[in-house]
Amino acid sequence: MSTTGSPAAIGGDTRPRAQARGRVQGPEGGRRRRAPGSGGLWGVAFVAPQTLLFLAFFLIPVVIAVALAFMEVRPTRMSWVGLDNFERVLNDQLFHRALLNTTVFTAVVVVFWLGKALLIAYLLDPMNTALQTFFKSAFYLPAVTSSIIISLIWLWIFNPTFGLLNAFVGLFGVEPVAWLGNTSTALPALMFMQVVMGGGSSIVLLSAALARIPRDLYEVALIDGAKRPTIFAKVILPLIRPTLLYLVVTGTINTFQVFDAVYVMTQGGPQFATTTVVYRIYQEAFQRFNLGVASAQAIVLFLITLVLAAVQFRMLGQNVEY
Amino acid sequence: MAAITRPDPFLRDPTHPVKPTPLGAVVILLVLVVLSLAALVPLYWMFATSLTPSAMTVRFPPELVPSETTLDNYRAVLRQPNFWNWVKNSLIQSLSVTAVVVATASMAGYALAKLPFPGSRALFWLFILSMMLPFEAILVPLFLVVTRLGLIDTYLGLLLPLMAAPFSIFLMKQFIQTLPSELIDAARVDGASEPRIFWEVVLPLVRPGLAFLGIITFVAQWNSFVWPLVVTRSSGMRTLQVGLVLIREQEPLFFGLQMAAAMLAAVPVVVIFFAFQRYFLRGVTVGALKG
Repeated sequence: MSTTGSPAAIGGDTRPRAQARGRVQGPEGGRRRRAPGSGGLWGVAFVAPQTLLFLAFFLIPVVIAVALAFMEVRPTRMSWVGLDNFERVLNDQLFHRALLNTTVFTAVVVVFWLGKALLIAYLLDPMNTALQTFFKSAFYLPAVTSSIIISLIWLWIFNPTFGLLNAFVGLFGVEPVAWLGNTSTALPALMFMQVVMGGGSSIVLLSAALARIPRDLYEVALIDGAKRPTIFAKVILPLIRPTLLYLVVTGTINTFQVFDAVYVMTQGGPQFATTTVVYRIYQEAFQRFNLGVASAQAIVLFLITLVLAAVQFRMLGQNVEY
Repeated sequence: MAAITRPDPFLRDPTHPVKPTPLGAVVILLVLVVLSLAALVPLYWMFATSLTPSAMTVRFPPELVPSETTLDNYRAVLRQPNFWNWVKNSLIQSLSVTAVVVATASMAGYALAKLPFPGSRALFWLFILSMMLPFEAILVPLFLVVTRLGLIDTYLGLLLPLMAAPFSIFLMKQFIQTLPSELIDAARVDGASEPRIFWEVVLPLVRPGLAFLGIITFVAQWNSFVWPLVVTRSSGMRTLQVGLVLIREQEPLFFGLQMAAAMLAAVPVVVIFFAFQRYFLRGVTVGALKG
């Protein structure tokens, strides 16, 4: 950044407009960039609306969340209780259950959903543009449909008495199953739904990453006599690794927040088989009004999110510049 | 479908260095058809059920293609006491949040990209960091803030928190950063004021970015559920997504009614998707944190 030392240049804004306009301003380098801070007031003004919103509806709530986690909140008064809330969270069997459910849900969904997206993107890559556009749209359509709509549709598909899924498995002689009513099938049913409907935007991102691979690399590999699996492992995977990393991290964080489907389809049941962390926070805060405990849970959730992201960056971030 | 494109009968890209064999291409097509059907059949099922008379939906096995169709379910949805209020509220939410976010996030993005001021880098990183924090983690205190402001069950309470959009700021900063600074400096030398530079130089150049941000914001707002759920109380203040859940709670066995309501709620985003398909399918990577 070339900064000019002269005070005149720094105060450049205030020159009468008539003088500034349409006149040669001397040597080109003289006023090319402003000194840091000279665009300051306008910079501050432009960033102000979002900063105020951010302060009021993000930063202050975060500070309050941290404070609440150490408080007991009663309708009439609040009092500091130290680490009591965290102690309650750590001893809460139901929260443990929610953590376990959410971890299983996230691990299975992210692996299968990313595997599906990678498979589809890889299969689409050598096909022509029209076909690619057609299938990308087809896979993307469920992604723009709201999670509530998807949940309502699948609630109907999973219906134990009249549902489409029981009619389908009945073709293979399977007796009707109460998919969302059994402790053993409820969580897998939700995971299945998520994998079947998900992946639209990941396919698009992975396709773009595959299309960016220089074709000479394929040709070199072919000349070396490499077969498809080798090309996939040695050429394709290393080059799309940054995209995969991005998808794993954002996918894990987003999936860990699963709430809508649980709220609409199972309310955490049967017997807490589908109670997830965010659903537990929602119950604690908005059904039992234990705002302190709910805040402590939210902080635990945030710390887990942070650790997950850090670990994934560590594991997948290696050798990105392969 | 196979006949639409001629050059390669197996719909392969003729220039691709690792071309599948004809048999391989057929297998690929089969896999793609099966996997896409798995995701599309549920959407079709919503459509089919919405047209099925309610007496026929409570019969087993269900008919994949309804032998009898009716619009009664849609009429019943439109008769729901607050249906039009829900539509109105969802429109208000989506349109106003989109307008405000596009305007203020592009302003903030411009400031962070081209108008450095003391602390602007720190502010930028604060925005980035906040993207790491899931919305659900601040749901409780946000609710308290809005309660304290006396805004529960009001439009302001619904809208204002949704307008804080660090991700959108980041997106616009990335777009605006690619503009040559010389252009902006030239306008400055010509004596244009900063608002004018923003309006007449910067915004026209990032129009695709603005369109992209507007589209994804609208869709995300239209589909949003948790915040509208906790911040609205009266039935008339609910949004369409919350309304769908209310309908299902009130009429758990009227699947045709539920699916017709879901269809109506899906129409706007599906229309937007097909109208702006290229924006969705381009695969804009905003994850370029390193860059």
